[in-house]
Amino acid sequence: MAPAASRLRVEEHQGIVRIEFIDRNILDEANIQQIGDEISEIIDTQPQPKLLISFRNVDHLSSAALGTLITINHKIRGKDGQLRLADIDPQIHEIFVITKLNKLFHIHDNSEHALESFS
Amino acid sequence: MGRSDYHSDASPTRLTLHHDRAQIDDAQHRLADSLRQAGYGETACFAVRLAVEEALANAFNHGHADAPDEPVVFSFHVNADRVEIEVEDQGPGYCPDEVPDPTVDENLESLSGRGLVLMRAYMTQVDVIPPGNRVRMVYVAGG
Repeated sequence: MAPAASRLRVEEHQGIVRIEFIDRNILDEANIQQIGDEISEIIDTQPQPKLLISFRNVDHLSSAALGTLITINHKIRGKDGQLRLADIDPQIHEIFVITKLNKLFHIHDNSEHALESFS
Repeated sequence: MGRSDYHSDASPTRLTLHHDRAQIDDAQHRLADSLRQAGYGETACFAVRLAVEEALANAFNHGHADAPDEPVVFSFHVNADRVEIEVEDQGPGYCPDEVPDPTVDENLESLSGRGLVLMRAYMTQVDVIPPGNRVRMVYVAGG
């Protein structure tokens, strides 16, 4: 069976990996699992990962996706890395506020600001 | 057509869904079409879609954790001023008061338990009907 097509657009610049989602709706559990696996593989390749996840194309997000983001954050912290989230639509940002995950994640208005925040 | 001009059918739409993305998407599209026909805007559509997504995820992943092939009954009724939704699984049910609050600092990194928080935030009323295998949600326009 052919491997599943990637659900991410990934680019690396000056040691920072910027990730965008292919899907506009991050709801399907199998897709969320694949997204988590793909990002975990990226983290595994980096000695001290610096990841920027852009939600530029995302219209819908479920709590299952939030769980995957928490796992990703945990893995990055475990390698003394840094995670930034950016380009989040106001409706999606509200989900982070309601769940208070805006306190856990470093969220920036746009990718440019997020890139500047890496130390 | 504004919401005040809209009159729904008398009976709710009742769908039997299996744990299949295509079926869930189709049900969500039918509900969204009904909302738009009734004059609801994008904010309402976003709220209701998210709440339904979380209710179905709870039903399939928790209610049917030991019975993945069992279907869930999803029903909705759209009126000009309110949307009523019910999701019923065939599991043993649960007590919502026993779910740890994922928004408190010590649970902030918990991987699950946020579905009910989101349903309650986006819907006007959410009731988990004992024994806890049926959730009834109401969205009131402008509520």
